[in-house]
Amino acid sequence: MTPYAIRTTQLTRDFAAVRAVDNISLEVAPGTVFGFLGPNGAGKTTTIRLLLGLLEPTSGQAEVLGFNVRTHADEIRARCGALLEHNGIYERLSAYQNLDFYAKVWHLPTAERQARIKELLTSLDLWERRDEPAGKWSRGMKQKLAVARALLHRPALVFLDEPTAGLDPIASAALRDDLANLAQREGVTIFLTTHNLAEAEKLCAQVGVIRQGKLIATGSPEQLRRATGKPRLEISGSGFSEQALGAIRALPTVSAIHNGNGSLIIEFHQPASSAPIVSLLVNSGAQIEEVRKGKADLEQAFLALLEQE
Amino acid sequence: MFTDILTILQKELTELLFQRGQGRSTSIRLLIFVGVFGILLPLQNGIEGVQSPINLAFWAWIPYLLVSGVTADTFAGERERHTLETLLASRLSDRAILFGKLAAVVAYGWGITLAAIVLSLVTVNIAYWQGTLTLYPADLFAVILALSLLIAVFAAGLGIAISLRAATARAAQQTMSIIMFVMLIPLFALSFLPREILARLDVFLDGLNPPQIIAALLVFLLVFDGGLLAYALRHFQRAKLVSD
Repeated sequence: MTPYAIRTTQLTRDFAAVRAVDNISLEVAPGTVFGFLGPNGAGKTTTIRLLLGLLEPTSGQAEVLGFNVRTHADEIRARCGALLEHNGIYERLSAYQNLDFYAKVWHLPTAERQARIKELLTSLDLWERRDEPAGKWSRGMKQKLAVARALLHRPALVFLDEPTAGLDPIASAALRDDLANLAQREGVTIFLTTHNLAEAEKLCAQVGVIRQGKLIATGSPEQLRRATGKPRLEISGSGFSEQALGAIRALPTVSAIHNGNGSLIIEFHQPASSAPIVSLLVNSGAQIEEVRKGKADLEQAFLALLEQE
Repeated sequence: MFTDILTILQKELTELLFQRGQGRSTSIRLLIFVGVFGILLPLQNGIEGVQSPINLAFWAWIPYLLVSGVTADTFAGERERHTLETLLASRLSDRAILFGKLAAVVAYGWGITLAAIVLSLVTVNIAYWQGTLTLYPADLFAVILALSLLIAVFAAGLGIAISLRAATARAAQQTMSIIMFVMLIPLFALSFLPREILARLDVFLDGLNPPQIIAALLVFLLVFDGGLLAYALRHFQRAKLVSD
């Protein structure tokens, strides 16, 4: 087994004058869920296409499951599953026919094929509707079906390109849960692109942030938060006087204060004790209902990273 | 690779023949088609229709009509419906995908043509029974089979070449229709010619040594089909299809 499921070194892809992927070097450990975060057009889909050997790199190197994308793309595709930018579902065929076709593509023996299709469709709550034309299904159900298709042949690595894009919050949450369960149960490496940071935070052990083709940060969500997000204190209540706020603002550990709608948010340069601030507010006559010490979430860390760039 | 070709062929034929939700209209369309060419026209043409060399032109065009109608959907349509990239991301080779699709459209067009030929013989024998079974002359039948197959491959190859460059399946289908129209003009013109001229044309054709002309036509089609397939093989490649 190779130490890395994915390893790229200065991977670059140009389309005429546009550099879609710019010197990306990253490593993804086997058995982990790696989130590739970035705004639309950042180069996430192109990176997946390069890693699957669908596009040739302009320069740089990439190895997937120990195989070079330039010379062994067939070997890579034989061991990977993919849900790409579009779900790739044959809408004229039923859900079962869709999976049956791909199971034959992957050369699954008949008995295993039938059992695996039933297992996946059942685990995703689609089995009862397996004979319906997939074209009549909701977007969320089609995405689930596409996830099932990507996992059908028990691949070592699965690429999921924005799997919850376009889904309503309930469908997104359901699919996220399904993905988390499947990833845990199947033990596959997942390379997931998304611009949904809550999704990345929930699913990913490691994330990479890409912008304009460049990888600007990698690490665990916690590491990114620590590196870029500021510690903060959220205080709910009323009667926050200007005098008290001025005194808090003057503290050397405080970097910013946001007051409004009965909520006071205090950002610190570094982790600091909340007790003096709470005392100061209480002594000034403020009514405090709740005090919450918070960390910047991944979204704030992500935005901070993009701002830094 | 042969198993992969069969897998693609099976999927494409399922989509073509048993499209869920559209299955009934597809079946009715095919039944009408087979009914017209396998029953109605043979009834009109009678025994002479079976013996006449004009059959060649007749049965040669049917696979073109059928194959040109589905090739654009199978190739440009798959790209347009965004299912091609997922297929390309699988373990299948470019050639398996190409030949599977090609085999499907040819099997569809040629298969339905053969069904219509068999039905036309049944129709003629029932309607004009003469105490013995009426069949196509063996040499004529062999040429019909070869010509209709080569025309089906020609239509598929042309459809692939056009689909690889067309933005949409509809655009590809329109181009195919225009090409078919241009090729059919001489045949349409024939039907407007006076009987005397047609008779002279018959005599002229008889004097041309038909077997040699047919052999030349078959060889020409074989070479042309080969060229179209070589073009398709050269251009139906992952990197080109994904980056286009």
